[in-house]
Amino acid sequence: MKLYTRTLSDLKEMLVEERVKLDDIYESISYRVKNVEPLVKAYVNQNEEIDLDELDEKDYEDTYLKGLPIAIKDNMSTENLKTTCSSKMLEDYVPPYNATVVNKIKEAGGIITGKTNMDEFAMGSSTENSAFNPTVNPWGKNRVPGGSSGGSAAAVAAGMAPVALGSDTGGSIRQPASFCGVVGLKPTYGAVSRYGLVAFASSLDQIGPLARNVDDIALMMNVIAGNDEKDSTCVDRTYPDFTEYLKNDVEGYKIGIPNQYFEMDIDDEVKESVMNAVKQLEKAGAKVEKVDVTGAEYALAAYYIIATAEASSNLARYDGVRYGLRAEDANNLNDMFTETRQQGFGEEVKRRIMLGTYVLSAGYYDDYYLKAQKVRTLIKNDFDELFEEYDLIVSPTTPTTAFEIGEKRDPLEMYAADIFTVPVNIAGIPAISVPCGFDNKGLPIGIQLMGPHFKEEKLIQAAYSLEKILDLDIDYPDLEMEV
Amino acid sequence: MINEEEVKKIADLASLKLSEEETKTFAKQLSDIVDYVEKLDELDTDDIVPTAYTIPVKNVLRKDEVEESLDIEKVLKNAPEELDNQFRVPKIMDEDN
Repeated sequence: MKLYTRTLSDLKEMLVEERVKLDDIYESISYRVKNVEPLVKAYVNQNEEIDLDELDEKDYEDTYLKGLPIAIKDNMSTENLKTTCSSKMLEDYVPPYNATVVNKIKEAGGIITGKTNMDEFAMGSSTENSAFNPTVNPWGKNRVPGGSSGGSAAAVAAGMAPVALGSDTGGSIRQPASFCGVVGLKPTYGAVSRYGLVAFASSLDQIGPLARNVDDIALMMNVIAGNDEKDSTCVDRTYPDFTEYLKNDVEGYKIGIPNQYFEMDIDDEVKESVMNAVKQLEKAGAKVEKVDVTGAEYALAAYYIIATAEASSNLARYDGVRYGLRAEDANNLNDMFTETRQQGFGEEVKRRIMLGTYVLSAGYYDDYYLKAQKVRTLIKNDFDELFEEYDLIVSPTTPTTAFEIGEKRDPLEMYAADIFTVPVNIAGIPAISVPCGFDNKGLPIGIQLMGPHFKEEKLIQAAYSLEKILDLDIDYPDLEMEV
Repeated sequence: MINEEEVKKIADLASLKLSEEETKTFAKQLSDIVDYVEKLDELDTDDIVPTAYTIPVKNVLRKDEVEESLDIEKVLKNAPEELDNQFRVPKIMDEDN
């Protein structure tokens, strides 16, 4: 079996048992990258400093990640390695420090393979908003990989990295995971440090892992979860060893199925596949009941007020003064600001800054921002009440499978791709997307499991069980033939 | 409804300089988005307390101790223009002002 197809957990075990050498793993992966990256275009920058001749498993013997490769979304700061956010604004930006998650991975003996493509500043659901190039879904060469962590999802799905980190503000880990047939976890708000993550919407942003199975999600959570004095929104608590919850057991789990979500416009095949997965969980001993929640469309509306308001403030820092792009030949300081921002930001980023500025402007604050913050309370209370009785709430991750590149031109149409993922960020709870089938075009379908604050282990156990019960044979798309 | 005049005003607040084309497109698109988010008016929120953070957050303070900072040279490597360990910017006012 080719090494690039192996999961992180497998590779780790093989290294521990001395059945494989580290340079063999990297050789297999770099062979794969050479073959499929020209088609998939998952990376913005690859780490050129990895020297196959220098790699020695002995150097990583005592570490948790054993020198294994990990891809990082290009909005997490990496010292000495460009961090562009797929924006012209930061095209040449080299961070002078590492994000906390990057330090944690390095301290655990992981090696960064490179920085993955994304929608510019994480704003988008298809990775088409990258200022450099779109990424292609490995499951269909005219299909988007989802977004904004599309590069991370595609890299993992195509076998270019066993795991990757993404960030999720309104679904940016789970939606691409669903589109690319991989597993993606958005942890609870406050569970993973965001120090060094380029800020988009600070009350919603969260870093999490994407992988080819649930085992690897647990492994990565063991590395990245935890408090950080450099992120004041990080919560000081102890996390369990998540790998201890890799148990095929949903006996006694109480699962809620939100009526309001399933009444929405969902592809028949997606609905069928998700309901089949739910039935399987029921068969395995879970108790399933229909529940009422605030409609997801309200969460989406609140999201586009809160996220854009926060973005308009966070992105004010790109002014051409200290780092990033500076427009040339400006007559004065003010022209330099506006010219720089005109040249450096893409259309979607400008649109969101405009919307955010509008909803925060004098006379509108109460009508929009305050109203959205109140709706957030309603949505959070909904989930809090449900989780007093239920262990999980389950929905499709996305209403459709991966759409075509260039298909969605209207912003509102694109925003609707996140309808089921957005409520989770609004409520700050954790959620995981797990593959649950394929549609008739051969495109992956994902199911979303949502859980209470700081109960990632519950999600991991249920997701692991589902993975074992469904036992999907997720093979590799035969990309090499198409290059 | 957001008209082109308003779009220009918002762009000015956001330090964005939009082209005529962008101004036109944004007037239409922002109007559509604002129409959509006004859906929230269907929900009664009169007695609801707004939520800024979904988990309890408090001020995290540290001791006021001098620690090592980022290396100035490394930080300034990203600066478009620098002079004597400072960021250099264009003149604040035009020549003729």
